[in-house]
Amino acid sequence: MKKSVNEMPKKNPLSLQLNLQSFEPATDEEKFMQQRMRESTTFFKDGMRRLKKNKIAMTCLIIVLAVVFIAAFVPLFYPYSYEDQLGVVAGQKTDASYNNLKPFEYGETELERIENGEFIFPHIFGTDAHGRDYAIRVIYGTRISLLVGFFASIIVLIIGAVYGSISGYYGGKVDLVMMRIVDIIYSLPDLLMIILFATVLKQTLEPALEGTALAKLGTGMISIFIVFALLYWVGMARLIRGQILTIKQQDYVLNARSIGAKGSHIIRRHMLPNCISVIIISTALQIPSAIFTESYLSFLGLGVSMPMPSLGSLASEALSGVYSYSYRLIIPAVMICLIVLSLNLLGDGLRDAFDPKLKK
Amino acid sequence: MDSKLAFYIVKRVLLAAFTVFLVITITFFVMKAIPGGPFLSEKSPSPEVMAQLEAKYGLDKPIFEQYTTYLKDVLHFDFGPSIKNRGRNVTDLILEGFQTSGKLGIIAAMLAIACGLTLGALAAVFHDKVLDKVIMVLSTGSVAMPSFVIATILLLAFCVKIPIFPSNGSTAGGLVLPVIALSLYPMAYITRLTRSSMLDVLGQDYIRTARAKGVSPAKVIFKHSLKNAVTPVITYVGPMIAYILTGSLVVEQIFVVPGIGKFFFSSIINRDYPMVMGTTIFLATIMVIMTLISDICYKIFDPRVDLS
Repeated sequence: MKKSVNEMPKKNPLSLQLNLQSFEPATDEEKFMQQRMRESTTFFKDGMRRLKKNKIAMTCLIIVLAVVFIAAFVPLFYPYSYEDQLGVVAGQKTDASYNNLKPFEYGETELERIENGEFIFPHIFGTDAHGRDYAIRVIYGTRISLLVGFFASIIVLIIGAVYGSISGYYGGKVDLVMMRIVDIIYSLPDLLMIILFATVLKQTLEPALEGTALAKLGTGMISIFIVFALLYWVGMARLIRGQILTIKQQDYVLNARSIGAKGSHIIRRHMLPNCISVIIISTALQIPSAIFTESYLSFLGLGVSMPMPSLGSLASEALSGVYSYSYRLIIPAVMICLIVLSLNLLGDGLRDAFDPKLKK
Repeated sequence: MDSKLAFYIVKRVLLAAFTVFLVITITFFVMKAIPGGPFLSEKSPSPEVMAQLEAKYGLDKPIFEQYTTYLKDVLHFDFGPSIKNRGRNVTDLILEGFQTSGKLGIIAAMLAIACGLTLGALAAVFHDKVLDKVIMVLSTGSVAMPSFVIATILLLAFCVKIPIFPSNGSTAGGLVLPVIALSLYPMAYITRLTRSSMLDVLGQDYIRTARAKGVSPAKVIFKHSLKNAVTPVITYVGPMIAYILTGSLVVEQIFVVPGIGKFFFSSIINRDYPMVMGTTIFLATIMVIMTLISDICYKIFDPRVDLS
């Protein structure tokens, strides 16, 4: 019997030679088994896939992006500016017909120019009591509110992450002292403290800031940032400490330590990236709460300084004329609700998508 | 009462006392940081008058002595005289305003808890049905609205367009809208809280056991589930009081309710510093005490909570 060329000789069980059978060419079936059925996925991709399935969260994401886009770019080419009083030339009121225009109405001089065949951009939401185009004020106010929400959350994030991770990583007495401080700050009534600081800073900072770029932003805004930096980070710090405490037990941290990595390096390179999901979620939920606080303060008259608008100050200004011009109150109110609602729902969606604890 | 619980209560009371002390200290020194003092307004008085005023209010003494005096006065519930309301004590003004504000706040809190628990339980019992979805949409919507937006929308709807209620809060029936405006947000929050904890409880084994034994559905819901689902709501009572108190500052302004918020608002604008300090300390103390009570109640009502 002649052996076929393809057949491998049998291995002698006592031989030290390599098993020749393991060098046999793979059959089709084996090749199929090696094929990757699905792209391997990263944590981020997996989360995005789940987020994309969530229709409510995606709708909210689109709304948020649209609002951000409008607030960022529309003021660049809009024919009116948020502080220009129409019908006022060189500080002198020349045409009172521009004050309190209803939506899509024109002032007298504008009507003349339209008669002459000129195109005048309509005042979509009319004008306010000082003859300023209301639509651009709402858009600009949205921009201010979004900026406040964003930067306040960033401040909270940075302080909270640094504080929480140090406290969690070093543990022991350091942790005990740092967490007692957090407990005390946590129990302070935050809004009352904000009102107090805003009242005081309005008096103290105003002369100091006069003439600088910050003066335009208003002391109210600055005090919001200061108070967020002083008080609001404690929630984030607690959250991150809790995460760090569990991550600390992981083997890769032990490994990094054993090869002599410094604490700061381990926190930055190994621990914080591993609690990124918690960080993203709580930052997303922090933004609406900051917008809430800002609108509340602006409503009390402690927010942005005139003539800069924010959604809260627009609503507060509109309150005096609420009986005849109720739309002026409703428009910024709807904007606040829209932004806060869509950010809240987006934050919930992010949590469902990225929180490993909720993974099924 | 076991020693662990007693230790916890003592710890929390001490922390609360320290917090109040801290609030007083912060308020005092922050207000002292304002340049010019409280008498500098549009028309500055002459130096002699200033010196006399300062002597009268004890502002010529060293700052630390002023601080200890203020601390002692506050402990005796004396916040000093109001600067803008001549001849009135801050304490009197606060107590006067709090009679209205307290009533408003308590009614709003009761309404929020009663309606929130009912709606939350209903949503959980009818989970994934139409009723549940309607309740969830409404409560998610209300959480996104700041109190002043709710208040002004209510004002527009029920005082201007369909005038059922008076817009002035000091008249009869005038407290209805402020109460609704204040309670809507906490109500929505409690609804969500109750719903999720109720859903959690309804999935437990002992509920299934009770149902298998043939206990009536009403008894399962009220006796077995709701009783256990209520505990997370207790922790929210403290923050809710804080929300209602700060919210009332704005809502009272909108509906012209003669409460503590109105005094606070006008004292911020008029720079009546003793009034601002007194109101801040008073409200902060109430908030701290309410949080303390709700935390302790939570530990007592839910023995599973780890005290360490």
